[in-house]
Amino acid sequence: MDWTAFALSLKLAVWTCVLLLPLAILIARALAWGRFPLKSVVESLIMLPLVLPPTVLGFYLLVAFSPQSTFGAFLKAIVGEPLVFTFAGILVASVLINLPFAVQPIQRALEAIPPNVREAAFVSGLSRWETMRRVELPLAWPGVVSAIALVIAHTLGEFGVILMIGGSIPGQTRVMSIAIYDNVQAFRTDQAAVMSAALLAFSLAAIALVHVLARWQRTTSHAP
Amino acid sequence: MVSKVLRAASAPVRLLLLGAFVWLGTACVQAEEGPVIAAAADLNFALTEVAQRFRDVTGHTVKLTFGSSGNFFTQITNGAPFQLFLSADEAYVQKLAERGLMRDGGALYAVGRVVVYAPNGSPLKVDGALAGVAAALGDGQISHFAIANPEHAPYGRAAREALEAAGLWSKIRPFLVLGENATQAMQFATSGSAQGGIVPLSLVLASQVEGHGTWALLPESSHAPLRQRMALLKDADEVATAFYDFMQTTPAREIMQRHGFILPVSN
Repeated sequence: MDWTAFALSLKLAVWTCVLLLPLAILIARALAWGRFPLKSVVESLIMLPLVLPPTVLGFYLLVAFSPQSTFGAFLKAIVGEPLVFTFAGILVASVLINLPFAVQPIQRALEAIPPNVREAAFVSGLSRWETMRRVELPLAWPGVVSAIALVIAHTLGEFGVILMIGGSIPGQTRVMSIAIYDNVQAFRTDQAAVMSAALLAFSLAAIALVHVLARWQRTTSHAP
Repeated sequence: MVSKVLRAASAPVRLLLLGAFVWLGTACVQAEEGPVIAAAADLNFALTEVAQRFRDVTGHTVKLTFGSSGNFFTQITNGAPFQLFLSADEAYVQKLAERGLMRDGGALYAVGRVVVYAPNGSPLKVDGALAGVAAALGDGQISHFAIANPEHAPYGRAAREALEAAGLWSKIRPFLVLGENATQAMQFATSGSAQGGIVPLSLVLASQVEGHGTWALLPESSHAPLRQRMALLKDADEVATAFYDFMQTTPAREIMQRHGFILPVSN
C-alpha cells in the first residue's frame, strides 16, 4: 500500500469538499429557486463535466495553466508556483470536474423543501442568511451529505485529468488511481490489487450511503 | 448520532473540527521529502535500485517518477517541478538545454538495447533478425504486437526502426498495440494478450518478469543508438546534484550494467 498516495488522495478529496461545498450550496440555491436569464445555460454548463471527456478538460487546463500563456503567468504570479504538475493544479481541476456531483444532490434536496416552510421563515422575520442556516440546510442535509460522499468518491477515482495536468509526482500529484496505474506498469500487481480493493470498498460505501440518505429524504419529505 | 453531536457543538467548535480535519489531510502528506526526478520508463527497475543504494550511502531520499521521455520533455517545457531528467534519448535533453531550462548539457549515462520478446505459450519464435516475427506474420499468427508509442517514446522509435530495417513495418502496423511508454509496452507484451513485442532489454532482465517468456537481443545496427542523457534542471538542489554525481560513480554504474545497459566511457 502506497500510503503517500493514499494520504494525497484523501487530502485532495477533503480540500475539494472544503472549497466546493459553499460554492455548490450557493449555486444549488440559485438553481432551485432563483429566476434569472440564461438559467438553463448555467445549468448545462454545470452539468458539462458529467459528459465531457476528462482529457478535454485536461487539455484546456494544461493550456490555461502553462506559464507560457498569459493566464498561466497571471496565476503563477498569484499562487507563487506554476499550477501544472502541482497539488494546487489538480485541486483546481478537481473542483471543476466535481461541480455537478456537488450541485445536483443539494439542488434536489432544496427543491424538496415545501415553499410554505421557507415562506413561514421569511414571515417570521428571518433574514436570507438565517433562513438558509436554520431552515433550508437542516432540511436539506441528506442532500449535502450525499454531495460530500459523491465528491469524495469521485475525487478518489479521478484519473485522466490528473494524469494530464499533474503527471505522476510522488507527494504532489501521484494519487491512488495514478499509483495503481504506475504499479500495474511496473509489474507490482500485488500492490495494485491492494490499492484497487481499498478504492472499491470505499466507493461501495459511498454509494451505499448516498442510497440510504436518498431513501431517508424521501420518507421524511412526505411527512407534513 | 453524529448530527446530534454536531448540533450540540457551537459554531466555533464546528469550525475547529473542520480545521483539524483539513490539517490532518495536509499533514499526512508532507512527511516525504526529496527532489523529484523524472526518468525514462526503461529505467523503472534499474533506477529504483540506484535510488535505494543512494539512500543507503548518503541518507538522502529522491522521488522517482517514470514515463516516456517525450512526455517529460513536454512537461518540463510547461514548468514541471522536476530537478533531474534522465531521458532515454539525448535529443530531448539537448533541446531543453538549448532553451535554457537545464543547468548544462548534462552527461551521457547509458546506451540502451532493445529485444524482441514473446511470452510463454506464444507461437512467436524470437531471433535477432526478426525472421520469427516475419514467419508468424506470414502465417497469420500475430493479432497483437506491443511496442512503445514511437511518437514520444524513444524505445518505440527504436522498435519502429528495427521493424523497418527488417522490412516488416507496413505488414505489422495493423497489429501494433502502442504502450504509452516502454514499461506499458512491456506489460502488454508479457500479458499474454499480445503474441510479443519489441521492448527494452533493461525491463526484460527485471526479476519481476523473469521466466515469463523468451527474448532475443536485436543487433545495435538495427536502429539508431539509444544514447541516454541526463541533466539537472536550472533550480536543482544539492540532493539532486548529489544523485546526478552518484549516477556516474562505480556502484551506480554496476547496477546499470547489471540491468542490461551499455555504459558510456567514463568521463
